[in-house]
Amino acid sequence: MAKLDSKIPSGPLADKWQQHKTQIKLVNPANKRKYEIIVVGAGLAGSSAAATLAELGYRVKSFVFHDSPRRAHSIAAQGGINGAKNYQNDGDSVHRLFYDTLKGGDYRAREANVHRLAEVSTNIIDQCAAQGVPFAREYSGHLANRSFGGAQVSRTFYARGQTGQQLLLGAYSALSRMVGQGGVELHPNSEMLDLVIVDGHAKGVIVRDLNTGVITRHSADAVILATGGYGNVFNLSTYARQSNATAIWRAYKRGACMANPCYTQIHPTCIPVSGDYQSKLTLMSESLRNDGRIWVPKDKADVKKEPSTIAESARDYYLERIYPSFGNLAPRDVASRAAMRMCDEGRGVGETGLGVYLDFADAIKRLGEPAVRERYGNLFDIYHEITAENAYQAPMRIFPAVHYTMGGLWVDYNLMSNVPGLFVLGEANFSDHGANRLGASALMQGLADGYFVIPYTIGDYLAQQKPSARSNIDRPEFKQAAESVSTQTKQLLDNPGKEPVSHFHKRLGKIMWEHCGMARTKQGLETALQKIPALREEFVANVKVPGSAETLNQSLEQAGRVGDFLDLGELMCRDALTREESCGGHFREEYQYPDGECKRDDEKFGHVAAWEYQGPGQAPLRNVEPLNYEFTKMSVRSYK
Amino acid sequence: MVASTPSKKLFSVTLRVWRQANPDQPGKFVDYPAHNVSPDMSFLELLDVVNDGLTVSPEEPIAFAHDCREGICGTCSCTINGKPHGPGKGVATCQVYMRSFQAGDVIVVEPFRATAFPIIKDLVTERSAFDKIQQAGGFISARTGAAPDANAILVSKAAADLAMDAAACIGCGACVAACKNASAMLFVAAKVSHLGLMPQGQPERDRRVLAMVQTMDEAGFGNCTNQYECSAVCPKNITHDFIARLNRDYVGALFRSELQSVSTSAGGGA
Repeated sequence: MAKLDSKIPSGPLADKWQQHKTQIKLVNPANKRKYEIIVVGAGLAGSSAAATLAELGYRVKSFVFHDSPRRAHSIAAQGGINGAKNYQNDGDSVHRLFYDTLKGGDYRAREANVHRLAEVSTNIIDQCAAQGVPFAREYSGHLANRSFGGAQVSRTFYARGQTGQQLLLGAYSALSRMVGQGGVELHPNSEMLDLVIVDGHAKGVIVRDLNTGVITRHSADAVILATGGYGNVFNLSTYARQSNATAIWRAYKRGACMANPCYTQIHPTCIPVSGDYQSKLTLMSESLRNDGRIWVPKDKADVKKEPSTIAESARDYYLERIYPSFGNLAPRDVASRAAMRMCDEGRGVGETGLGVYLDFADAIKRLGEPAVRERYGNLFDIYHEITAENAYQAPMRIFPAVHYTMGGLWVDYNLMSNVPGLFVLGEANFSDHGANRLGASALMQGLADGYFVIPYTIGDYLAQQKPSARSNIDRPEFKQAAESVSTQTKQLLDNPGKEPVSHFHKRLGKIMWEHCGMARTKQGLETALQKIPALREEFVANVKVPGSAETLNQSLEQAGRVGDFLDLGELMCRDALTREESCGGHFREEYQYPDGECKRDDEKFGHVAAWEYQGPGQAPLRNVEPLNYEFTKMSVRSYK
Repeated sequence: MVASTPSKKLFSVTLRVWRQANPDQPGKFVDYPAHNVSPDMSFLELLDVVNDGLTVSPEEPIAFAHDCREGICGTCSCTINGKPHGPGKGVATCQVYMRSFQAGDVIVVEPFRATAFPIIKDLVTERSAFDKIQQAGGFISARTGAAPDANAILVSKAAADLAMDAAACIGCGACVAACKNASAMLFVAAKVSHLGLMPQGQPERDRRVLAMVQTMDEAGFGNCTNQYECSAVCPKNITHDFIARLNRDYVGALFRSELQSVSTSAGGGA
């Protein structure tokens, strides 16, 4: 049984973080340079952590599988970042952001973590502005805001539709500065393939150079994983093609617990699938729901008609109808399931019947086309490139797609996993979003973890480690891990199979979407738990990986990642099957209110499920961390 | 819930692709016929399909750089029919759809070519020279934790908007690949302009432009001779006006840095 101590500090909610910071151990400035920290991943969380730790004086090694840290998938976030600045004077506060995020997560996150996130949200905006992030401005020169789902205030800061890009470039510039100054040793094109544990502590990683195939061992005093989410288990998602779970999955196999893997976010506004060759689903930012109105025809018979020929009275603006107080800005899980229900009723639009309209006609009438172009022009352009349709003239067609994973490696309040010395940041951990993440909160959490949490909390661990005790990479633990990586590579390349990796990935994706997607049932999940192990067996026997280990070999990279997705997909289904309730992004059809809303079971499932690896072929162990709500009441989430 | 393939008219094309096993071996063009191409398929999805076919043949799949497939990460980098990022305007290779081509077309696909971007394999090149330029000065030094309130520094909307135009650069290197001199001026100009337009970027403005230009020169990029092929292929439509701004900043900084060094020596150890 893993020991899961959340280490939540005592005291009033609003004081916990401040008090904790004054109570945890510090490493003195002269000693910091004696500690070496490995940071894997260079998105918002990884870059900001690596830069800030190097500024503090630690020696940092940064590993990223991309050719440059600037390519990490944080770059694709469009809409914005939340910050409880209350610059709009609309009643926002740290407490309100805390409450919205906790409620948005359907009361499945820790109160203390979420409150800290809301507290540091204001520092993040300050930090990014100081770095020169070109946030949108009013004519007065002040920062502009917009609204996002699940909130009744305007607290989202943005840089056109490229907020993630601009925040990542800010963090990347901070990282580049420290690389230039020698504080960070940067290893691009380097994929972490194993975690090395020495005497129960994470003390290193095994890395493959993707261009040369050379496998190297790296030791450190602590290891940070900031490697993003695992939504590509579904094959089709809004993730980048290379986004993968390998780093966190290999850490899981070394003993780190995987928490709530079934919590996945399906984003309501993506461009619908067009064909079997499809490699990627493209998001249309949630910010569009500020001005766009979502509808389907009232009558099934109208679904194939030109939308402009359908009279106003024959349209069903279903989000406005069902959720009058939040309307088109209902949270993502709620909006996605509503779209699915409309399509299930046969009222979906487009060639496949799997789509709903997102209509800007009213906004264009109200604001004029130039104002709409100014706000969303790049998104309309993206839509046009992909569909060859002009959304200024006809409504967009959208459909939900896999977008984010709230689950991830279990961490305590200090962001340390149950393996001492292994820290997990950003989307790779499970910590702040509960069962559903609100819009504009992913960027906030990635930067909170990297800029403002880990720089403090890692000191508490390092102060208890002698720097001279750093492991030698000739130790048997490093040798064994490096050898197991080489063996795995060789096995894949020598396999006498006949099918490309992509075929297995597509099949896994279909199983996951069908049985562990927007709506799940006991029977469906049991079916998936039969199908996935069978698919894995087939993969092992029949995957064909061409080429050699000594050069750039993208098939080999993909094979390793898909192998891990097969294992992780099974764990997700297992987690979804065990969680006999509906909450946030996890919707079990058996557990719903008559109006189709999520029916939680706080008594039985008001906890975090943290799965612990028990060896190949063994069922994993389900550990439980109870969620204690001291300051808020776990209530039924309502957006009506 | 999985969509069936819609009934669009399918067609055939030939891909003429640059194959090169590693940096040291000579490369060559090889033809690959592709059938049942849907107009809604992206160009990279066609490469996926061709590669699935090659995987089960004696030949290795084509190595190509890609990641986000939505035109923002800057990883994809092919030159298609002689044009970096292909036939579209203001899009990256991953945003090229097969509806841009006709049945029977021969589509020539090459890596970005520039001395500073050596070929790693097939269509994949090494672009770390861009990171080196950034490390030399592409930042505003703002230690974490030392920032004032975000609204304490007002930024005019015009400056913020223009800075954002420049900051939209995705660092793909198409500007370099399109330039007959393999110049990185548009890339450097975008970064220098973005940071130089913000009030926060003023204290390091001179130092930044001098260091970035010097690193650019050392990395083996050529000079700008005002042909503007760079902005014509830029997937983010970054204008070459920023190059003029870079030149002004550079000359001014050179002038001021000389003054500064004179006064430092004259003033003696303050």
